[in-house]
Amino acid sequence: MSRIDELFERLRVQGQKALMPFITAGDPDLEFTAAVLVELMRRGSHMCELGIPYSDPIADGPVIQASYTRALDHKLKLAQILEMLSGATPKLSGPVVTMVSYAIVLRHGLKAYVEDAQRAGVAGAIVPDLPADEAGELAKLCRAADFSLIQLVTPTTPRDRALRIAESSTGFLYYVSVTGITGERTELPQSLVDNVGWLREQTPLPICIGFGISQPQHVKQLAPVADGLIVGSAIVRRIAEAATKPREKVLADVGEYVATLLAALP
Amino acid sequence: MSVSSHVPDAAGRFGNFGGRYVPETLMRALDELAAEYEKAKRDKAFQAELEDLLHNYVGRPSPLYHARRLSEECGGAQIYLKREDLNHTGAHKINNTLGQALLTIRMGKKRVIAETGAGQHGVATATACARFGLDCIVYMGEEDIRRQQPNVFSMKLLGAEVRPVTGGSRTLRDAINEAMRDWMSSVETTHYILGSVVGPHPFPRIVRDFQAVIGRETIEQAKRQIGRLPDRVVACVGGGSNAAGMFYPFVEEQGVELVGVEAGGRSGEPGQHASPLSYGQPGVLHGSFSYVMQDEDGQTCDVHSVSAGLDYPGVGPEHSYWKDSGRVSYTSCRDSDALLAFGALAKAEGILPALESSHAVAKAMELAAGRPKDEVIVVCLSGRGDKDAAEIARLTGKET
Repeated sequence: MSRIDELFERLRVQGQKALMPFITAGDPDLEFTAAVLVELMRRGSHMCELGIPYSDPIADGPVIQASYTRALDHKLKLAQILEMLSGATPKLSGPVVTMVSYAIVLRHGLKAYVEDAQRAGVAGAIVPDLPADEAGELAKLCRAADFSLIQLVTPTTPRDRALRIAESSTGFLYYVSVTGITGERTELPQSLVDNVGWLREQTPLPICIGFGISQPQHVKQLAPVADGLIVGSAIVRRIAEAATKPREKVLADVGEYVATLLAALP
Repeated sequence: MSVSSHVPDAAGRFGNFGGRYVPETLMRALDELAAEYEKAKRDKAFQAELEDLLHNYVGRPSPLYHARRLSEECGGAQIYLKREDLNHTGAHKINNTLGQALLTIRMGKKRVIAETGAGQHGVATATACARFGLDCIVYMGEEDIRRQQPNVFSMKLLGAEVRPVTGGSRTLRDAINEAMRDWMSSVETTHYILGSVVGPHPFPRIVRDFQAVIGRETIEQAKRQIGRLPDRVVACVGGGSNAAGMFYPFVEEQGVELVGVEAGGRSGEPGQHASPLSYGQPGVLHGSFSYVMQDEDGQTCDVHSVSAGLDYPGVGPEHSYWKDSGRVSYTSCRDSDALLAFGALAKAEGILPALESSHAVAKAMELAAGRPKDEVIVVCLSGRGDKDAAEIARLTGKET
């Protein structure tokens, strides 16, 4: 049982839902990233998703793209990110999963990635450009290591395929709210609640919804139907301010924003 | 490793290469595209419509021209040019865009997106969309918009919207990223007409098949004009669509040597060239596993070529398969040699080749020198060079 499985088991018993902020590693530097992780958990976030910057992220909108570019402009390396995590994860109350492109995992070596991430205290990975059909080898390694490999289902996924994806996913299932790239939306599709509701009846796996979620009202609307919610661009946009504003202020802004989302959880 | 022309398999694999490394959002559209393409391939009406367009609209077959004066100058083998530059829109790209436009209509989609580097694929897509009344949006890097102005004007005149891409190196790679992002949101109503043999399955296969008309015609024409197959066939490789189309029908003709020419840029140093097959290693970029220029973390490297169409850090998976199997030899040609070949062909034959194709011409001239006069080298002259005239004038310090 991975740390993610334990978390959701506990939340289910307590009748609670998870909030999972996404931030980019190394934006503007790893010291700040570690401080933000601590702040997010201190405010009550249940889990954090850490984006490993990639040069060609096709699933990401302008806000996360720009954060990746800022981090890579400083010649950020995977080894440095893992080193930062080794120091930070023991201080965190909840699990950290990496959002990482398959280009990076493959180049690092599949087995080496799982081992090195796990050694740094990482509980799992979301590999957004590795559809279930291509994930066999990595999924096998992850299972053997009890390292969660979180798969994604989207509004364009046919239902029979969604069931197969749910079977191969571990930790939780990531339901992408919209047909599109990451980024804040004012409104989310009407069909979302029904689609996630249907999927929840089909699989015992926890389901977390991500993409577009940015407002307390989104949290109120979606939390009842899901096991957790993922918020990315709205936080990354606030962190981007660290380039020009005092860091303590940015940290407080991010913490307060996340607190408003947490307060909207049932 | 023996080489087969019965690739890719159902998962889009050319040996180890290819596959589908894209977000789940795109998977259904890729499945639908693969299924529609299989149906179209077996549909005689589809084949007849495409053939009619290639003949009466594009002007195919394109000639196989014996470049006697250029051969004479090189003092060796006979050089023949497969004149894809004479196609409507001035390059081989139209062979693919008409095929994919027909697939777009079959899938009931009305909006088309495309990426372009040199602008040739953008113009060919805009042309096909105008011909069939489809909405067309072309993503193009700002640097490429600057160096390929004539094609930008053409696309606009044809009714396409050209969206400048300002991210990254502002070239072909970034244009593909932006087109993919558009497709992530628009996939239910939009077809992405990818212009090269790159990207996730089934694109590398579909584009190769639509371009294979180049090689098939060359085989027929060589038999008729020369009485046999050529000894060597040379083509430039960026993503690799003209080379794939030219080489594929020759793959099982073991007596014919196939030579792919990558962009050697300024030197073999990192960042100074765009030759993943010569200097890179296997990795994932833009949805497929193939040779790529990337660093030890898997981040894509910046590349350079004088030619916008070859200025790309990746290459089609089938080329990687052909490289590892040894069926095709890949080499590279420097910017400066491509510029010299451009001038040589212009003066010897009265033909302005595209800067991309000039790389293949340069290598063919080198290979021809000192060879017996009865040897035959065919060069895929993939496009015309009018688009490059202003940029060449700038680079060589000559006034237009």
